[in-house]
Order: sequence, then structure tokens, then C-alpha cells
Amino acid sequence: MDDIIICRCREVTRSEIIAAIRDGAVTVDGVKRRTHAGMGLCQGKTCGRLIERLIAQETGINPAEIRPQKSRMPVRPVRISSFGGENSDAEQ
Amino acid sequence: MEVYRTDIAVVGAGSAGLSAAYQAAGAGAKVLVIDENRLPGGQLFKQIHKFFGSRAHRAGTRGYMIGRELLENVTASGAEVWLDSLVYGMQKDLSLGVIRNGKHIVVKADAVIVAAGAKENYMAFPGSTLPGVMGAGAAQTMINVNRVLPGERVLMLGSGNVGLIVSYQLMQAGAEVVALVEGAPKIGGYGVHAGKIRRAGVPIYLSHTIKSVTGNGRVEKVEIVGVDARWQQIPGTEKTFEADTVCLAVGLNPMTELLWMSGCEFCFIPAFGGHVPLHDASMETTVKGLYVAGDVTGVEEASSAMEEGNLAGIGAARALGFLSEEEAKRKLAETAERLRTLRSGMFGEGRRKAKEQQLEAMEQYRAGTAESMI
Repeated sequence: MDDIIICRCREVTRSEIIAAIRDGAVTVDGVKRRTHAGMGLCQGKTCGRLIERLIAQETGINPAEIRPQKSRMPVRPVRISSFGGENSDAEQ
Repeated sequence: MEVYRTDIAVVGAGSAGLSAAYQAAGAGAKVLVIDENRLPGGQLFKQIHKFFGSRAHRAGTRGYMIGRELLENVTASGAEVWLDSLVYGMQKDLSLGVIRNGKHIVVKADAVIVAAGAKENYMAFPGSTLPGVMGAGAAQTMINVNRVLPGERVLMLGSGNVGLIVSYQLMQAGAEVVALVEGAPKIGGYGVHAGKIRRAGVPIYLSHTIKSVTGNGRVEKVEIVGVDARWQQIPGTEKTFEADTVCLAVGLNPMTELLWMSGCEFCFIPAFGGHVPLHDASMETTVKGLYVAGDVTGVEEASSAMEEGNLAGIGAARALGFLSEEEAKRKLAETAERLRTLRSGMFGEGRRKAKEQQLEAMEQYRAGTAESMI
């Protein structure tokens, strides 16, 4: 049961996330900092909810108090070249 | 850096966004709709089944036909639509960062309507990362939009309307549905959809869940297991199916990333998919000039998304002076009345209560802010 993959982008398992929570992570960002879950290509869009639920289960914190991870730009993968630079492929 | 100015920017060209654009542009506002997909219409063009509801909500009409009419209305209203264009972020002043044709454009609008929709919930179990395990909505896009069959033998988990409708459409597309599995002791969706599945002979397993999926590099076998009233697996009740595809129809959650960036206030409503933005009767959030509509405000269905879009479009047009107070009031009241009929009956009642809770939280927030200013 413990080797189920929760964050498929970074291949972080359930047991690694539970270890992070027992280490003191009480937010999705806290789990992210410790395990890198939610730092892959999809930026936690798949695993974020599962991590919220694991935190609630492990700590007893009310799910209403567990916010999603901090939202940052860009919300989707974006080419750096879109923002300019010498090798901008904006014309492609 | 290119800057594009408009009166109202709408994020998302689905049921809610298109309705909002049509209302606001119809009132005379300059409106820009931005969507990351290549085709407009959001989920509407995937909906090949007939809609329910009242005559006013086009009951009996297939979803994609409603989508076509909505698109025609938007085109006629003069709103501009940018497709294949990604809104990658939002600043506190509501300016939007957009990537279009590989180019960076900043869109500045006096009002922004976020109608970003929802995303599918994921479920983790042994083997859940094997190729062939996918969201039911993804499978529906494959068959109804891209005309690609995801597999030959499908096991569906979840018996809400998405699970039921997609199971039936997968069969229409040529796949065999080897089982419909539901964790709860009863079917979640409408009886009329469940009836079609039953008559087609699909075995339905209530109070069951997936124990594991196995296969050599792809889905080959699915083991399900019975669960008790506390969702605990009951050893000895396992059954195994040969399948090449597992569809997860285990709910959706609002796509709120842009809204969190804006700093607007949220409340927690599990029936709507989790944290949802506070908004008033005209769909304005706690951030002035920022409106929301559709599934991003709480997961419901296409007809209510369209009506919420109407409300947001009217609300934003009124705030910018394109509609008189009187005219806006009348239009908002008419739309609210149609929404009320959508949120009634056995299935709508829960959504009505959830929405009341959300509107109430907004009123309390505004009363609190007013108080702290005295």
C-alpha cells in the first residue's frame, strides 16, 4: 500500500509523503519542499488533492483549513523564449 | 512587450465563458475571450447526448448543438476569440499574461471574467500510473472530439453522470465496458443514464473499488474488491477482469490557480469540489472587477455554467456602464430565476444549498469588511 505513487511527475510515493507529514509538514507547500511532490510538469494539478487528503488523514486538520499549494506563474509549462531573448523563436 | 487593451477579458471559451462574452459584447462592451484549446466550446462539443432540464435550457437538445448556437451568438455579438492562447498568469491589477503564437502579450482589461472550468480528480492505487489508466473525461475527449478509441476493454470506476455517460459513449464508439465499479452502495448519476448501462448488460459492482491494476508496461488486469460502509476493503471479495483501459470518473475540482493569484477570498464546499471563490449574485469576487462563472465557482453542469456566464457578463457590463442599473437588474433577476429551476429537484437541491452557502459567505465577508472600515 505504501509504495503507491502519488506525484507521478516526480515519482513521489505515499510513504515518502507520509514521512514528510510526520516530519512536520502540515501544508501542501510543506510536503512539496520536503519531497518535491507537485514540482513536476503538471505542477501538482494531479497529486495536490491527494496530498491535501493525506495531510487531513494524518494530522486531523480540518480539510477546509488545508489550502492548495501556492499558485505561481506560469500555470502551464511555457517556453522561456516566449518572453524574449536572443534565440527567441517567437516567429515560429 | 505587446499590450492589448479591452473592456472585458474572459478566460475560457467554454459554456460559461462564451455566455459571458455574448452578454457583455451584446451590451456594447469590447470583449476578448482567451482559451488555451484549439477549438472553442469547452466541454460542450464532447456532449453528444441530449441535455435535461427545462425548455428554457434546451432539454432534449444534444450538447454540441447547444455549443454551435452559443458560438454563433458570440460571433454575432462582436466579441473577439483567441484560441490556442494560454493565460499563464494574472497580476493583482487583473492584467493577464498571455502566450499566443509563441508571443508574449499582456492583456489589460477593466473587468476580467474567469471561466476556467474544472479538472478531473485522480486516484492512486497500485498500478495507477500504468498507461491505459486515464480520466473518464479524457477518454470522452478521445472518442468524441478526436475519434480515437482509447482501448477495447474498459473498466469504469465511478457511477456519477460522467461515469455513466462516458461508459455508454465508449460502447457506442466500439469498446466493451467490462464492468462499472462504484464505491458507494448506490448509483450516483441519473436513473435514465444508469438504465442504458444496465440494459446493455454491463455488470455493475456497487460498494466496490479498484484494488490494483497490473500489466507488463500497460493495463492488462484489474482487480476490484468490496468495501464496507467505512470504505475499508473486505478481504476475500476480490474479482479480476481482463481490460486494457481503466477510466476514473471520481469527480472534478475547480481550476482556481489564476484566482488564487488574484488574492480573492475562498470558502470550502466539498459538494462543489473543494475551495471555491466567494462571489455575489452578479458573480463578482472579493476582488473588484474580477468575476467568475461556471465550474471554477463550484463543479455543476453545462446549463448552470451558461447561466452563471450570463450573470457575470451582465454584471461586468453593468459595472462598466454598458447596461443601465434598471436593465441589468431585470436581466440578472430573469437569469437567477432560470438558475433556480436548474438547482431544484432531487439532484439540484444539494447544489442549491451549496450555492446559497457560498453567496452567504460573500455577504458575511462584505459586511465584515464594511464593519472594519467604520
